Amino acid sequence: MASATYKLPKLPYAYDALEPSISRQIMELHHSKHHQTYITNLNKALEVSATALAQGKLQDSVAQLSAIRFNGGGHINHSLFWENLAPSSSAEAKPEAAPTLVAAIQATWGSLDSFKAAFGAALLGIQGSGWGWLVKEAGTGQLRIVTLANQEAVVVGDTPLFGVDMWEHAYYLQYLNGKAAYVENIWNVINWKTAEVRYAGARDDVFQVLKANM
Amino acid sequence: MATTLFRTAPSVRAALRPSSMKPAVAALTSTSFVRGKATLPDLSYDYGALEPYISGKIMELHHKGHHQTYVNGLNSALESIQEANAKGNSIQAASIAPLLNFHGGGHTNHTLFWENLAPNNKGGGGEPEGALKSAIDKDFGSFETLKKQINTALAGIQGSGWAWLAKDKTAGTLQVITRPNQDPVTGNYVPLMGIDAWEHAYYLQYQNRKAEYFNAIWNVINWNTVAKRLEKA
Repeated sequence: MASATYKLPKLPYAYDALEPSISRQIMELHHSKHHQTYITNLNKALEVSATALAQGKLQDSVAQLSAIRFNGGGHINHSLFWENLAPSSSAEAKPEAAPTLVAAIQATWGSLDSFKAAFGAALLGIQGSGWGWLVKEAGTGQLRIVTLANQEAVVVGDTPLFGVDMWEHAYYLQYLNGKAAYVENIWNVINWKTAEVRYAGARDDVFQVLKANM
Repeated sequence: MATTLFRTAPSVRAALRPSSMKPAVAALTSTSFVRGKATLPDLSYDYGALEPYISGKIMELHHKGHHQTYVNGLNSALESIQEANAKGNSIQAASIAPLLNFHGGGHTNHTLFWENLAPNNKGGGGEPEGALKSAIDKDFGSFETLKKQINTALAGIQGSGWAWLAKDKTAGTLQVITRPNQDPVTGNYVPLMGIDAWEHAYYLQYQNRKAEYFNAIWNVINWNTVAKRLEKA
């Protein structure tokens, strides 16, 4: 039983393209090292799990689930994250690139600024490593802010529109213990175009990047 | 409320007492000292003293920045609980529990951590001796096995957290345990030695190569502190 092998997706921009909001050094380590490690460990866990299952050793297969969830989540989160960032000078980084989504945000939170304040507070409230996401809720289609611990991913029901990585490795080399400044500056490089496309499109399309890199 | 909380955790209280009673700290806070308020303990060594294993910059940010934030968060959580209690609103007081656990745990964990580290010229590094060595040999086979087990535990933490050598009070044995985020070691376990696996503990120096940090930190473990904690456990 051969298992799928995942590959590191290329960044849609250069490592230094998000400066000064996110430094080149952070982007390079984050993409080429951290993201790659999640993929390496995901592929390993998937293979061990599949092999064990093929040998009828359910217990050994199940033992890999935690690693699959963690590293699979890491791969999914980072893949979506790179796509929902863009250089601040680009048209994609302007909220105007997401007219429908921004209208829905205003209808939900009153204004884009109130939403940003609520999202920022949620990010800063994470205890330990984790992510904050704006999602389109399954069923109701409503917008919601969710935070997830470690590498838990938005994989059940809801549609992730954009996420912000709150692991320390995402900002520490540049912002040190001043994570509030990172949270403030991330708005300069949010890819609103991507968020709009995810909001309007089918949920499965959000995860296309994963299939495209196997 | 603060005293009650600390009373239920005597090991925590003991760990916090020596540092907060230091004359320098007492003098600084004499005018504004509030009973039961947590304060940042002084380090018993310089920020640069653990180099090259942990850089001075890491130590300074970790102590003055991160640990101070936990101290502030703890005091603010305790204050909010007190205020809610004063209004007779126990439900509101209980809702602050996650912040109390996070910041209180952060303060406790870091306080224990600084004390179980030391530069080489102040007892850091080397190997456990005496009763501690015997206990380690009995429960792990050897010091080498213990180190391997702790390093494996550290590498396996998914996200932020700590690994501890702890004493299981009912079994009487030493064990390696991990705690996520800032969850303190409580209940049946007495913490003897902790290693911080949050990225802020090593990232400026080791970046994504955390295994190198986990190997290096053995050079600055203060086994005297660990032995004393075991005596009292």
